[in-house]
Amino acid sequence: MNWGGVNEFLAMGGYGFYVWGSYGVAALCIFLEIFFLRSKRQKS
Amino acid sequence: MKPDLFRYAAPQAFFPVAGKLIPWFSVLAGVLALIGLYIAFFVAPTDFQQGEAYRIIFIHVPAAWMSMFIYLVMAGWAGMGLALNTRLSGMMASALAPTGAMFTFIALWSGALWGKPTWGTYWVWDARLTSELILLFLYLGFIALKGAIADPVRADRAGAVLALLGAVNVPIIYFSVQWWNTLHQGSSINLMAAPTMAATMLAGMLVMALAAWMYGVAATLARLRNIILERERDADWVRLQRSAA
Repeated sequence: MNWGGVNEFLAMGGYGFYVWGSYGVAALCIFLEIFFLRSKRQKS
Repeated sequence: MKPDLFRYAAPQAFFPVAGKLIPWFSVLAGVLALIGLYIAFFVAPTDFQQGEAYRIIFIHVPAAWMSMFIYLVMAGWAGMGLALNTRLSGMMASALAPTGAMFTFIALWSGALWGKPTWGTYWVWDARLTSELILLFLYLGFIALKGAIADPVRADRAGAVLALLGAVNVPIIYFSVQWWNTLHQGSSINLMAAPTMAATMLAGMLVMALAAWMYGVAATLARLRNIILERERDADWVRLQRSAA
């Protein structure tokens, strides 16, 4: 275990913006891809 | 052997197979991603040089691997379609492109956010970054080219030529860190030598890469089914499928 609490986890040793910016956008991309695949499937 | 293998080159035969495979690959992707993220954030230790910023590696490297791997698979299917005229091949290539482009974008984006704290800049025009950006343009060019040609057979052929020519870029990306003096670091992992990183970091990266791979398969198969339905919409079996649904 690396973290002393939620705030420490979110802060990522001062690199929170970069770390969560990477993972957040990656998650958003995957979410959008799944969303578009599903909506296209329902139309066809 | 031959007739069995080629049976699934028919979109109608592969459609239900893809449908059965998607849930399995999706579940695998989800479970592996959870394990990978757990290792990435709770098991792997803080890096003694980069602090916590290095944790971007667990999304960056798998995305970058997938961006190159998917391109090669896409070019392979496209080339097979060009050589053998198998109907499904061109659709497979089309189905792979958006997911490949997405992983390329994630690799570039996470790389930029990793570059800022470690190199002091989001972007440099070094060989690794530039060739990866060209990869994104190749994916987008492939998608745009196919979209611009109304006749699917001609679109498949034109796309295949572009995909095969662009495949030259993949070894350039991979070896760029050896061939040129890049700001991007060399690879920490190769098949010939022991990895130069902690075992838990390596494990997290490999599990995340497997998750990305499984996700890529699931997303590609889902898109392939959409493409099959669209292209074969006038075929009897698709009409039956639609009225049954």
